[in-house]
Amino acid sequence: MDNQLKVNCQKERLRDVRVFVEKHLKKHGVPEVEVGKMVLAVDEVCANLMIHSHKCDPQKHIGIKINVKHGKEVVFDISDYGVGFNFCHYKEPSIDDIIKQKKKGGVGLILVKRIMDHMEFIRKHNRNVYRLVKRLQAA
Amino acid sequence: MHISSVLEEDHYIITINGDVDASSSIHLDEAMNEAIHGGHSKILIDCSALNYISSAGLGVFMSYLEELKAKNIHMVLFGLNEKVENVFKVLGLDQLLNIQPSKDQAKQEFHG
Repeated sequence: MDNQLKVNCQKERLRDVRVFVEKHLKKHGVPEVEVGKMVLAVDEVCANLMIHSHKCDPQKHIGIKINVKHGKEVVFDISDYGVGFNFCHYKEPSIDDIIKQKKKGGVGLILVKRIMDHMEFIRKHNRNVYRLVKRLQAA
Repeated sequence: MHISSVLEEDHYIITINGDVDASSSIHLDEAMNEAIHGGHSKILIDCSALNYISSAGLGVFMSYLEELKAKNIHMVLFGLNEKVENVFKVLGLDQLLNIQPSKDQAKQEFHG
């Protein structure tokens, strides 16, 4: 199945994630500028899971599945096992506060929220699915 | 990703090559730290070979904004491709950072 990828939780694998998402979306004719944004959103969610949920443990894995639905929308299901994090409940910090506090992190999920049209957190048994949906503009 | 730094007259230029993501942003952080604590007051960031940036890279720039202001250090980014500039725009960072199309225009900013 060429719409799925499994990577272990090493930050160096983020590049593979980006290449996979970019290739798949381009194959389905998704416009370049939209591809760039979606690659970024998926990278951000995967980086968050690798770093915060799995502490970069190479024994742990993340799955990514892409569905391009009739050229109308793209659905990404990013999945892992373990303690989940409902990213829909994430409260956006203000950019000003982040700058004042000299924080180096904290803007990843803001980017995801601004790029994607819909986010959903699905937890079944021990498996978490972080779903991202992006609607495509009619050509 | 590859980062190099060079001093051209009194301009300290950091050139970023490749992808800045969660695995490589530490190197950008080191380069920025060196520039700021090296006593340079004119810092240029050459982004013409920057292929990709994620929040980890943006976070590095954001984390130094207060210090730049406090130390009266001017930093100008230039040569961003459309895809990369878009990422800055999504967060509104294009309003907080000085971003110029070319190196010449970036240098002009120091003489304004």
